[in-house]
Amino acid sequence: MNTTALEYIVFFAASLMMLGGAVGVVLFRNPVHAALGLVLTLFGVAVHFVAQEAHFLAAVQVIVYAGAIVVLFLFVIMLLGVDKAVDLTIEPIPIQRPLAAVMTVGLVGLITAAVVKAGDAIGTLNPGLGIDVAGDIGRDGQVVSSDGNIQQLARNLYNDHVLAFQLTSVLLIVAVAGTVLLTRKWPKQGAAA
Amino acid sequence: MIAAIEPTWYLIVASLLFGIGAFGLLVRRNPLVMFMCIELMLNAANLTFVAFATSLGDINGQTAVFFVLVVAAAEVVVGLGILVSILRRRPGATADDLAELKG
Repeated sequence: MNTTALEYIVFFAASLMMLGGAVGVVLFRNPVHAALGLVLTLFGVAVHFVAQEAHFLAAVQVIVYAGAIVVLFLFVIMLLGVDKAVDLTIEPIPIQRPLAAVMTVGLVGLITAAVVKAGDAIGTLNPGLGIDVAGDIGRDGQVVSSDGNIQQLARNLYNDHVLAFQLTSVLLIVAVAGTVLLTRKWPKQGAAA
Repeated sequence: MIAAIEPTWYLIVASLLFGIGAFGLLVRRNPLVMFMCIELMLNAANLTFVAFATSLGDINGQTAVFFVLVVAAAEVVVGLGILVSILRRRPGATADDLAELKG
């Protein structure tokens, strides 16, 4: 089996995982099942990342998204006790679902038309952002970049985007402090202390 | 000999994922599931960023995905915090019940 056929198998398997999980998120009646569908989608995206030589992002995707964010979702579902199936046949606003379907088809159609029209301007997948070491031969037979994926990413992040990196730390601190303030139970004003 | 996979394919798959997420956000009523649909849309954007980073040979796209991950984590934390404090006061509330901000 040649490499191209293998790439096709990986691409279609990952796409199937990704889109199947996404459909599951929308259609499952139980929020716990929807969260598990989200895990499937995130793993599919991680496989796509590996296929495009974004190895660090694939690892981060699995650890942060599938590991932390989905666990947070499941934790909140259990905490609130909303892990019951809901009846999806009830439509509070009758015209909403057909309109949403029309909007979705239009959106996907527009993006697909734009991508197809751009065609060759988008280019082909180039090796060089991956983990290959200096002097290795990439899949096109050319010598790939000397830096691994993580080194390239780190150099870019800490040189060109260092201010944005600092600001994300402020964002995370504010988010954590805000969440603690939001969810805390405050004692009633004027209550006997 | 079949042609190699092109970035165009990744962009189309990402647009499908974005469409499913947008549809779910519009039709679902459970606020938690709506958050999950927002995550689907963010992942579609991430996939597009990585596809362009690889096709252009530019690491900046992967750095953008890194920042999207951080913002998504912060967004989920704040959103679920708001949700917990709302649902503690009104158990079983759906998005329709939250049309007014009055507690």
